[in-house]
Amino acid sequence: MVIVTLNIDGKEVKAKEGMTILEAAKQAGIEIPTLCYDEKLEPYGACRICSVEIEKRGKTQIVASCCYPVEDGLKVKTTSDKIIKIRKIILELLLPLSPTGPILSLAQKYGVEKSRFPSQRTDCILCGLCTRYCAEVKGEKAVTFIGRGADKKIALVPEKAGVCATCRECYNLCPSGKIIDETAV
Amino acid sequence: MKPIRSPEDLERLRKEILAKREPSKPCITVCVSTGCVAQGSIKLVEAFKAELEKQGLTDRVEVKETGCVGFCEQGPRVTIYPQEIYYFKVKPEDVPEIVSKTVLKNEIVERLLYKDPITGKTAQILEEIPFYKYQLRLLLENNAKINPKNIEDYIAIGGYSALAKALFKMTPEQIIEEVKKSNLRGRGGGGFPTGIKWETTRNAPGEPKYVIVNCDQGDPGAFMDRTVMEGNPHSVLEGLIIGAYAIGAHRGFVYVREEYPIAAENISIAIEQAEEYGLLGGNILGSGFSFNVEVYRGAGAFVSGESSALMTAIEGKVGEPRPKYIHTAVKGLWDKPSCLNNTKTWATIPLIILKGAEWFRNIGTKGSSGTMIFSLVGKVNNTGLVEVPMGITLRDLIFKIGGGIRGGKKFKAVQTGGPSGGFIPEQYLDTPVDFDELTKLGSMMGSGGMIVMDEDACMVDMARYFIDFLLDESCGKCVPCREGLRAMSKILNDICEGKGKDGDIEKIEDLAEVMKEASLCALGRTAVNPVLTSLKYFRNEWEEHIKEKKCQAKACKALINYYIDPEKCQACMLCLRECPAGAVIGGKDQVHWIDQKKCVKCGTCYELCRFGAVVKLTGEPIPPPPMGVKPIRKKK
Repeated sequence: MVIVTLNIDGKEVKAKEGMTILEAAKQAGIEIPTLCYDEKLEPYGACRICSVEIEKRGKTQIVASCCYPVEDGLKVKTTSDKIIKIRKIILELLLPLSPTGPILSLAQKYGVEKSRFPSQRTDCILCGLCTRYCAEVKGEKAVTFIGRGADKKIALVPEKAGVCATCRECYNLCPSGKIIDETAV
Repeated sequence: MKPIRSPEDLERLRKEILAKREPSKPCITVCVSTGCVAQGSIKLVEAFKAELEKQGLTDRVEVKETGCVGFCEQGPRVTIYPQEIYYFKVKPEDVPEIVSKTVLKNEIVERLLYKDPITGKTAQILEEIPFYKYQLRLLLENNAKINPKNIEDYIAIGGYSALAKALFKMTPEQIIEEVKKSNLRGRGGGGFPTGIKWETTRNAPGEPKYVIVNCDQGDPGAFMDRTVMEGNPHSVLEGLIIGAYAIGAHRGFVYVREEYPIAAENISIAIEQAEEYGLLGGNILGSGFSFNVEVYRGAGAFVSGESSALMTAIEGKVGEPRPKYIHTAVKGLWDKPSCLNNTKTWATIPLIILKGAEWFRNIGTKGSSGTMIFSLVGKVNNTGLVEVPMGITLRDLIFKIGGGIRGGKKFKAVQTGGPSGGFIPEQYLDTPVDFDELTKLGSMMGSGGMIVMDEDACMVDMARYFIDFLLDESCGKCVPCREGLRAMSKILNDICEGKGKDGDIEKIEDLAEVMKEASLCALGRTAVNPVLTSLKYFRNEWEEHIKEKKCQAKACKALINYYIDPEKCQACMLCLRECPAGAVIGGKDQVHWIDQKKCVKCGTCYELCRFGAVVKLTGEPIPPPPMGVKPIRKKK
């Protein structure tokens, strides 16, 4: 097993090769916010709230820490001004969609009180936790995405309704309570 | 056909094909690429065949269906060999005359030649046409000569000799070295050095390795890749086989957009024929190297042109990009090392192998060698595909090749690189076109889209248009792209509808920063280019829209009013009768005026008026109707 050393927020961190920045940071007690991440699932990189700034060969770059693999000598900043600004705007974009729960708490933490970007409330941020959990852990694909881009939605596959009635494991994963709403109908 | 099993056999076959052909035999070639087909070229082919039959010439004259030479607006295109006379806008009724005069008596049908609209001069060969004079056509050159559905046409012009050279005279390492030395950069738009990409895939651990042709190309108004694939599919295939050998891949994919049926058909036929001739499949040319290719027809999503999304689609999943922190060259299709290149990149490879890296590097600029095919569209006189050496200036492209702006209007901006390219204003027209120079201006090479805009284009509205396009085409996976585009679209639409507010520009800039830095793939990262360049070079237009509710280009419907100048109105009744909203008031001998409450701003009166009396007003109050509310009687 190869161990690499990287620097996160000025702290020397040792990590196993193949780990992501997020995992290495977590192990070192450095907290990076996440919304679409779950340790049981393949990294997805959709919400971008875990974005961090890395420095490589003198160049800085913004990457999603949940997907970026650790490298020897990598310098990572998890709370630079730029990163804070990115997270704030991402929260401004998400808050109107889901103004409760984890998104509201994060928004409060980052001092985002009101969004400048009004959007219709959908109670879903399309993080894909439910769809991926259903596919990767349960092997069912009873919850899925439909549509593309701005029209993308979560849908329950009617033929698989029986699975959902007894499983319900994705209910707790959902950061906005959308799934419970859908199934209650 | 017995498969060819040595370079010598290939050479022998080439000689046999040439021996069967008489160079002096008349040959009529008709473009059957998408553009000309849409203008009726299939009927033209039938008409030629029928006419030859009628005149008893079927054995003496050949009719050949070929690819596109790029001047689609002048289609259908017909070329008569051996004289090589180019006719444009040919109709079936012209066919008897072409056969009797040009084919039989070597006489020119003057009216079918290209005529320069400015000088009035006609041209027989392409080089005499200004549109072609400044081009350097390495990839498109053979499109008028060969039938893309006939491998022997390609072999006759030296096709597959680069493959023979690569397989028998070069090691994979030497091929990669040659491609690296040529400085060829990815024609899909990223501009990544091709040789380095090949080397990365070759050296990446994991088997099998794959090679992929990207012929997705979803930019509106762009058809470079489609045209290369339709007109010369074997050139792409030959490049791909050479690449596969150099990289060590035995399986390849050609990803063709579903909307390109002719491209998909032609490459499928090319693959079949190459297999039959022993140029593809097992033991290629007797070299021991084996390689197979499949055509994958994409469902037509713009985002599927992104390499990781394209690979996801080939895997049978929804075409969504994946994080590429480990390059697809290392972990791509089914997590195996996969080398994906654009159609034009692959088609360039045989030329580099045959003529050498040095030859290729001498074309173009230091940082960007070779030629690039642009899809020159918009408000220029000559639209179509142009292949030029890198480093040509935007001015030469637009004014010499494009023939300047339509209708004598003023140039305003050119967007390079497709929908996510930036707008470049007049002061940068002398910029040499290459990967790095365009990036410096906030735009990009992209895969070669080029849209020219004139003074009637509102740059805020243009930014709105492309943001709306990209919002439609975003896969919707990551937040900065999906929600950022949605928010941007809302603000831009508001501004164009006269609902712009103070602070809108700052909001757009904030969104742009996040999209550019934090989006998952290049679609989101580059989507902001049209907006940011519009803001950078045309900021005054934004401010006018927001503060003065004024659109200087008079393109934003909500910000203009139609007004009839009573001094100029001749009371001709034309607009009054045709107005679909009944908004024009007046009568015979009575000056007309527009009831603004009823006006739907369709512009019918503006288009119809022969006296220039209908004008568009923006950012200024509408003068009251003459004599108060009642229109006055026109003095005779």
